[in-house]
Amino acid sequence: MAFDTNYTNQDFKVVGQRVRRLDGIDKVTGRAKYGADAFAPGQLVGLTLRSPHAHALIKKIDTSKAENIPGVKAVITSDDLPDNTGGGEMSTVLENCMARGRALYDGHIVAAVAAVDEETARKALAAIKVNYKKLPHVTDVDAAAAPGAPLVQPDLIPRGGDAPTNVQSTIPMGHGDVEEGFAQADIIIEKSFQTEQVHQGYIEPHACLANVGPDGQGELWVTTQGPFMIRDTCATLLGIDIARLKVTSSEIGGGFGGKTHVWIEPLAVALSRKANRPVKMTMTRDEVFRGSGPASPVSMDIKIGCTKQGRITAAKAVLRYGSGPWPGMWATMGAMTAFACYDLENVQSIGHDVLINRPKVAAYRAPSAPMAAFGVESVVDMLAAEVGMDPVEFRLLNCAKEGTRASYGPVYGPIGIGPTLEAVKKHPQMRARLGKNQGRGMACGFWFNFGGPTCTDLNIGVDGTVNLAVGTVDVGGSRSSLAMIAAEELGISYEDVRVNVADTASLGFNETTHGSRGTFSSGMAIIMAARSAVEELRGRAARTWEIPVEEVEWQDGCAVAAGVKNSNLGKLSLKELAAKSLNTGGPIAGHFETVADGAGVSFASHICDVEVDPETGQTKVLRYTVVQDAGKAIHPDYVEGQFQGGAAQGIGWALNEEYIYGDDGRLQNSGFLDYRIPVCSDLPMIDTEILEIPNPNHPYGIRGVGETSIVPPLAAIANAVSNAVGVRMDHIPMSPPRIRKAIRDDQASEPEVSAG
Amino acid sequence: MLEVNLSGSMRDAANGAASVNVEAATIRELLRKMSERYPRMSDEIERGIAVSINGRIFRDSWSEEIPTGAEVFLLPRLEGG
Repeated sequence: MAFDTNYTNQDFKVVGQRVRRLDGIDKVTGRAKYGADAFAPGQLVGLTLRSPHAHALIKKIDTSKAENIPGVKAVITSDDLPDNTGGGEMSTVLENCMARGRALYDGHIVAAVAAVDEETARKALAAIKVNYKKLPHVTDVDAAAAPGAPLVQPDLIPRGGDAPTNVQSTIPMGHGDVEEGFAQADIIIEKSFQTEQVHQGYIEPHACLANVGPDGQGELWVTTQGPFMIRDTCATLLGIDIARLKVTSSEIGGGFGGKTHVWIEPLAVALSRKANRPVKMTMTRDEVFRGSGPASPVSMDIKIGCTKQGRITAAKAVLRYGSGPWPGMWATMGAMTAFACYDLENVQSIGHDVLINRPKVAAYRAPSAPMAAFGVESVVDMLAAEVGMDPVEFRLLNCAKEGTRASYGPVYGPIGIGPTLEAVKKHPQMRARLGKNQGRGMACGFWFNFGGPTCTDLNIGVDGTVNLAVGTVDVGGSRSSLAMIAAEELGISYEDVRVNVADTASLGFNETTHGSRGTFSSGMAIIMAARSAVEELRGRAARTWEIPVEEVEWQDGCAVAAGVKNSNLGKLSLKELAAKSLNTGGPIAGHFETVADGAGVSFASHICDVEVDPETGQTKVLRYTVVQDAGKAIHPDYVEGQFQGGAAQGIGWALNEEYIYGDDGRLQNSGFLDYRIPVCSDLPMIDTEILEIPNPNHPYGIRGVGETSIVPPLAAIANAVSNAVGVRMDHIPMSPPRIRKAIRDDQASEPEVSAG
Repeated sequence: MLEVNLSGSMRDAANGAASVNVEAATIRELLRKMSERYPRMSDEIERGIAVSINGRIFRDSWSEEIPTGAEVFLLPRLEGG
């Protein structure tokens, strides 16, 4: 059934309310079942053996002693995982799950075991003998990009190249003539920046329970953002029919992009298949850091020129994104997002993906955008200061608007960057007095947001309550929002709707829940499924009244017979129609599958006040405000929560978090004691302001809200810290030692300014 | 006749062309003709692609009709977090 997905601009009764969250009780009482909470009779414990070397040939693996330990039920290496992928990206996925003749980073899995208990499994790991030959390694992005660097992939020649190199792709973006633009500039600032590698820091580690029977039927319980992706990937890597593997996603304790790929899951299925027993695997925190997918470490050169009046004439970025041992798309996204907030005639972004001996990079909330925004927004602040303009006014003068050609190509429709800046300009925080050693910064950010294939079921029970089966995982409160949407569309109470994240056998394919797509995509599908159900409800009423369906309207949850001749028929509520449904044609349901394209781009502007102790370099965030365009905020509490969560993670990224590698290429801080994410006492109450500029491509005007909020913090905090200490900060995280060094050196006090 | 704008790896696959003219009524027809003209474009399409039509980005709706005179961009398919 075709439905119009364009914006309907309707008056809402449920949408926009702050109703009680559906997942709240389960989460606060411990009833919610996460990845490690599953149990199956006879289950084994699965553990992995990981490379202690950053780069090494695996000359031999001897598992014989391990296999002979009583209680050990299965041992697997790459020999048990033949590469049937036909090459390409899936082949690298397989190699990342299990090293094949070479270890490419510290923590790369080389073998896995399943045993009756953890103690026995650990004995088995200790009994596996691996003969390595260490190879030269490189973990630093700039070192890897330099001539003569050790080659991470000695046989990989980039497209268009003639020799192997770690610089695997070069992505140019932009339009106009930047050299001509710089020639028109009165002021040009060019500066290099660096951001260290960070992890998403989800509290729940990767965990799963695989159960493959002797008939080849398999089940997998797993914490993931993409159960369908997990199913399809495991099926491809292990040669299993898709229909023979049912994947159920658990409650998820954070993902932020880090649970959009497979890690241990194919190994759990392979171990279960070999042992003919259920196998449960749970990563330790050390394994999560060393062996899952952190964000890229980045180095970049930013150059922007403007007139004395503050109008930008040209902007250029050269961005180097570390991608781990295989090429990725990270530099592409950095190049596309770097200047997306601005209306520029001449712009060029060049992104390089650089191979390094670190874990394979994965998405982290608006992947690649925060790092590029840090460099760009820092230089924008420097230009504003040089011109003598307020940084908000400078951005307002140059920001993109409807009709602006984005730096990545297309022309924008209605967008919210200007309104967020206007809101910042009026915000009381901008006028609050600052004390000694305190500084204020602000910055902008952009993210695309995505949709994708989506499928949903809506079933109406005979008591008139409604069950939704959705295929997007509830990573940030989408179940409540989706229940509100169904209630709104059907005209019933929110309390009468319950939402279930369906397993992969119960629903058609749903793309992984990434790109802020959960409420946008499943919301669209639910609206259409509900409209389909309403069509059926109208038909049931028509049948009951024995009048043509064309004479039945749906109003506020009731079928109403239209016209004077039907005035004696009154109304039939959804509950009344549901109660009689088994005698009027059977159960009443709605279903919809779609490719939810048309996600609306999103912009945010943040304000940050900090105080820096010049003696210790310690930074305290005093006050923080997020202003963001949400499209339509379905459940404002959750939207604010997304804003606050992104800002909190951004504060950690900006001030403390970083992967620290030793000269030996090994990760030195693979735990939360040494890799410090912010805790409540590190954070102020983060203020939020929701702007609602409807997305014209969604019936309720929804844009994604989950990612954009992490884009501005690095830059906003860097601008605040720079203003507090009087030294331009150019290296994230701005940890106390780094701030102390910057103050001592004071080398950045005179930026490189030249006359245009 | 559509003017199809290319950037990044798409431009590289089209031998450096910033834009090409293609007769196509749908995204599917557009991608087919681009692959016929530029064989390396097939690899890009296989890896994943997005098509911007008048600023609205389509990733999987290959039956989407492209209006006459529309502004069309081929973009890499991206991943979110």
